[in-house]
Amino acid sequence: MKRNIFVLGVAFVLGCAVAPASAQTLKAVKDRGSLNCGVSQGLPGFSNPDDKGNWTGLDVEFCRAIAAAIFNDATKVKFVPLSASNRFTALQSSAIDVLARNSTWTSSRDTSLGLNFAAVNYYDGQGFMVRKALKVNSALELNGASICTQTGTTTELNLADYFRANNMKYEVIAFATADETIKAYDGGRCDVFTTDVSQLYAERLKLTNANDHVILPEIISKEPLGPAVRHGDDQWFDIVKWVHFAMVNAEELGVSSKNIDEALKSTQPEIRRLVGTEGAYGEQFGLTKDWVVRIVKQVGNYGESFDRNVGPGSKLGISRGLNRLWTKGGIQYAPPIR
Amino acid sequence: MLTDIERAPPTPRVALHNNPKFRAFFYQLVLLAAVLWFGYEFALNAKANLDAQKIASGFDFFDHTAGFGVSQSLIPYSEQDTYRRVFFVGLLNTLLVAGVGIVLATVLGFVIGVARLSPNWLLARLAGGYVELVRNLPLLFQILFWYLAVLGTLPGPRQSLSLFGEIFINNRGIFVPRPMFGTGTEFALAALLLAILATFCLRVWAIRRQERSGEPFPMLWTGLGLVIGAPAVVLVLLGFPITFEAPQLRGFNFVGGIRLIPEFIALLIALTTYTAAFIAEVVRAGILAVSTGQTEAAFALGLRRGLTLRLVVLPQALRVIVPPLTNQYLNLTKNSSLAIAIGYPDLFAVFAGTTLNQTGQAIEIIAITMAVYLVISLATSGLMNWYNAHIRVTER
Repeated sequence: MKRNIFVLGVAFVLGCAVAPASAQTLKAVKDRGSLNCGVSQGLPGFSNPDDKGNWTGLDVEFCRAIAAAIFNDATKVKFVPLSASNRFTALQSSAIDVLARNSTWTSSRDTSLGLNFAAVNYYDGQGFMVRKALKVNSALELNGASICTQTGTTTELNLADYFRANNMKYEVIAFATADETIKAYDGGRCDVFTTDVSQLYAERLKLTNANDHVILPEIISKEPLGPAVRHGDDQWFDIVKWVHFAMVNAEELGVSSKNIDEALKSTQPEIRRLVGTEGAYGEQFGLTKDWVVRIVKQVGNYGESFDRNVGPGSKLGISRGLNRLWTKGGIQYAPPIR
Repeated sequence: MLTDIERAPPTPRVALHNNPKFRAFFYQLVLLAAVLWFGYEFALNAKANLDAQKIASGFDFFDHTAGFGVSQSLIPYSEQDTYRRVFFVGLLNTLLVAGVGIVLATVLGFVIGVARLSPNWLLARLAGGYVELVRNLPLLFQILFWYLAVLGTLPGPRQSLSLFGEIFINNRGIFVPRPMFGTGTEFALAALLLAILATFCLRVWAIRRQERSGEPFPMLWTGLGLVIGAPAVVLVLLGFPITFEAPQLRGFNFVGGIRLIPEFIALLIALTTYTAAFIAEVVRAGILAVSTGQTEAAFALGLRRGLTLRLVVLPQALRVIVPPLTNQYLNLTKNSSLAIAIGYPDLFAVFAGTTLNQTGQAIEIIAITMAVYLVISLATSGLMNWYNAHIRVTER
């Protein structure tokens, strides 16, 4: 990690000093023939390489959807694993085109880091995991506990706020990577492991005895996780934003990878606009008319991707919760394509 | 060389651009100007591009609230403090582990280096085995070994290993009683200072007497006796005003007492043992560089082995030892940045890691961090160079 930060830092300095801010991300991606996508170093459900080195997860599929829209080939993505502490530098220095690394959208990240968060592809919140043997039932009973967390995250700040607000003491041990953090927790260095709840479920799978650990009911923060792009390239920003909206709209209109061929014959105006049989909305982004067809055919709609990676169809088995469509009581809502 | 002798004194008529002194100066000036211009352009361009990308720049962030916790701090620190405070917390943690590491590594290194040359077969082989094992394994691996495989396997707080019911060892660290100084401790402190002063004067006197009469004086034992004895006597006379606050298990962890966190212990052990292996080799090389004739001459004069080593061999060996020793000190300090792997909050972890990430100001923070490590290293080598000059052979 240490070396990575330095390399990135130096690359960043050089990049800033030599190359002008690039406003041509789409052209650069097309010329290169592949999309550089920043992901985590291994977080089941979001971005995780399997034993053959194939990346899977919600964030991974989001990048594949962008590649599908641009190249009509969801495999034309190069995944760049990044730690929490070097992810933004990688984006700033143009080492990646889009950062889909379960990153929380905050005001300071949106402004002072030179980034734009494009969408929220997972509404999350921070929680705590403890050993069942400690017989703790609430986060309010954690006074004096040792807590493991990953450095360079909003988690560290929320943790400090929560304990301060509730007048409790704690000791924080911050590690550079998620793996080091979970290893330290598993080894007993800490009483508590804290991060976003979705990650708690994912990391729990890595523990020696997953069933000995319990996730406490308190959710102490808002963690809207989503993809981010560099500031200053509105076209690229729009593409990334609308790839997410397209997947959500597809789910809302009932268009999935299974029925996409029937959808092409649909007479409903909303579906016709979505799949490009009416109008040429994709071309306004610098893409093709059938951009949504490419995404849905090769990756699927938002609901399919969710179920497969983090939802009931996955090992994590997290319920949709806030991430249900707005029509079903959640807050996933996409502006219309027209 | 030849031309220097043959050439007549330079005529005043030589053209300016042919004057070697002027030319040398001119080219240096051009180079300097080019470097400065490059740096200036670099800074200007970086600033312009950062502004264009709307990335924050400047040093205002130093006064912003940090908002995150740090597990070990030598100065009072809370989440409401600024990033400036975080910087000093990290810096002190780096200096702590580097300083203690250098002292321990030096002691251990000298002992092992000398042991490796011992006529005792077993001792020499043990020392040799240690050096070969430790210096040939990657440092990061050793840090993780001590952290995960040794300290990580200690029992939890509720099953702590306990020494005399006062010292507790568990996977949260080592807890020792904290001395609480009551009234009257000042007198003991004064006695200690007086004893140190007295020892110093005594040493001057002892050296003079030895130079005059050749009679040695047991300086070490007298000095130790004074420095330990004087404050002890004062304390006893005052009825021992020092009490100890024992660590107690409360809730999840021990509260009270002094605590060494496992991250610090693991890093310190790994840095110390690793660097000691290199120092041992430096010491061995230094001792072997002193010709055996010196040792034989000392033996011929009837000096015992220990005295020979202390009075004849080591002072000469030091001249060979100090320059490479400086390298090892610098290595240890720089290697301390591997702390980030086990979550020890050193300068690199809390400043170039967390602070960089929360503020996103990579250029400023990386530059400051580089400058700080540079200053620490230059100060160390400056000090060692001074010491080296001090002990150098003064040839007459």
